[in-house]
Amino acid sequence: MLIEALFYVFAAILVAASLAVITARNPVYSALALVMCFVTSAAIWLLLEAEFLAVVLVLVYVGAVMVLFLFVIMMLDINLAELRQGFTRFAWLGWLTALAVIVEIVGVVWARGGLGIDASRGALPAPAGYSNTLELGRVLYTRYAYPLELAAMLLLVAIVAAIALTMRQRAGLKYQDVSRQVAVRREQRLRIVKMDAEKRP
Amino acid sequence: MHNGIEQLATTWQSLPDYARSTAWILVITVALIISVALLTLWERKVIGWMQLRRGPNRVRLFGVAPGLGQPFADVLKLLLKEVVVPANSDKFLFRLAPVIALVPALAAWAVIPLSPEVVVSKADAGLLYLLSLTSMGVYGVIVAGWAANSKYAFLGAMRSAAQMVAYEIAMGFALVGVLMATGSMNLGTIVRTQGGGIGSWNWFWLFPLLMVYFISGVAETNRAPFDVAEGESEIVAGFHVEYSGIAFALFFLAEYANMILISTLTAVFFFGGWQGPFEGYPRLGDTFLGQPSFLWLLIKVFVVVFFFLWFRATFPRYRYDQIMRLGWKALIPVTLVWIGVEMLLATYRIGPWSRSWFH
Repeated sequence: MLIEALFYVFAAILVAASLAVITARNPVYSALALVMCFVTSAAIWLLLEAEFLAVVLVLVYVGAVMVLFLFVIMMLDINLAELRQGFTRFAWLGWLTALAVIVEIVGVVWARGGLGIDASRGALPAPAGYSNTLELGRVLYTRYAYPLELAAMLLLVAIVAAIALTMRQRAGLKYQDVSRQVAVRREQRLRIVKMDAEKRP
Repeated sequence: MHNGIEQLATTWQSLPDYARSTAWILVITVALIISVALLTLWERKVIGWMQLRRGPNRVRLFGVAPGLGQPFADVLKLLLKEVVVPANSDKFLFRLAPVIALVPALAAWAVIPLSPEVVVSKADAGLLYLLSLTSMGVYGVIVAGWAANSKYAFLGAMRSAAQMVAYEIAMGFALVGVLMATGSMNLGTIVRTQGGGIGSWNWFWLFPLLMVYFISGVAETNRAPFDVAEGESEIVAGFHVEYSGIAFALFFLAEYANMILISTLTAVFFFGGWQGPFEGYPRLGDTFLGQPSFLWLLIKVFVVVFFFLWFRATFPRYRYDQIMRLGWKALIPVTLVWIGVEMLLATYRIGPWSRSWFH
């Protein structure tokens, strides 16, 4: 009963925040609303006793990805009027995407036993002593060990590629060589000048 | 009298779970806020002594202990001052930012085991929960810096965001090492596996990770020598330059609460949490010195917090590029190498991996 009530509260916040992401006039508000979406989805996953996924969602998306998003968005000088110029021109593309997503969701629900899904019944409660983290770890590192390693490799390659693409050697670039800074000697910086005392006026 | 206490204990036991949790949440929050108040005084005193000054010694509490009333006088002053909201700022986010900064600092205490019995939530993914909450603290700083619509505040926010992302990774890898040594993400289990006296705490076998974790923790809380987000000498007061009155006090509260939090986590992950150092010693083992209790955690946190203050009085501030260099090129490689070393230790069953339950 309490769980269901909490679910509806979080679901309402999630829907409102998702709407705010696309309707907010200020991109910073959109990004913050997206953060809200992630946090409330994590809460809903927690209600389903998927605690590992919930915490990782917050850790990865809220803690790292959205920080970088905000970092970039805040630095942009966005002209809102210019941004809205192509709205009617690209509206059909947006509607098409939305339609495709809706068809996919309905399709998935259909495949899982038709639209007569019993919405009043929540997730089955896990048995006592069940640890979501432990079970996920067990499956990931035994049955799906190779796919996991492959995914990790793929991500590593992506990181290396991103760094390699953005690293340019430009001529005349000034940068600090820290080991040279540390190794500096007094003789290179300081010159002691000996001179005779001036005669007092 | 004695009867009354027993009655109280039975009433406490008969309370439902949520009532007891709520009671503990209240106790922890109030204790934390008072600790923060006293910590500010202690910091000023310690730094004063290190610089051969006296520190605050005017405001008395109940007519005794010169200086003890200082934090309460400060809070009263800040409460009475006006919260100035700049004309061109984003009013809503400007007011929201201090709250965003404070909430993760308080919420993190939910999974921290304070004594063998007392923990609000025995979450199995407690370690991940902590990692995600400490990373959420940066939102307060970023939102404050942006909403204030001031160049100084914005620079502070940007610096803080980049720093946080860099040190988060080192912190996460250090915790992976802890995870490998204790075999659990539940903080209670992490503490319990470190039982058996000072030699079986994690600090010895995970010493490089302890260093990395603590340095990252200092950076994550934006404390000296990593306080470029505030950087008085360069960008006035950084992200909270436009804040006054109690809004500023909330940022202050969040910073000091985070300091206590990171110290507690260092104690929990590397120094055995509530485990006593003399456990298993022949004569001491039978007295209260050999027993695990909240007292040990308190002493450990006290010592680690002192390091925060000591650093502030000792080290000059890092330059921004030096911070990035240290985070990416020194701390992260150290953690990666040590995770490799841990793999070897685990293979040959040395140190924490010689315990029977691992196999």
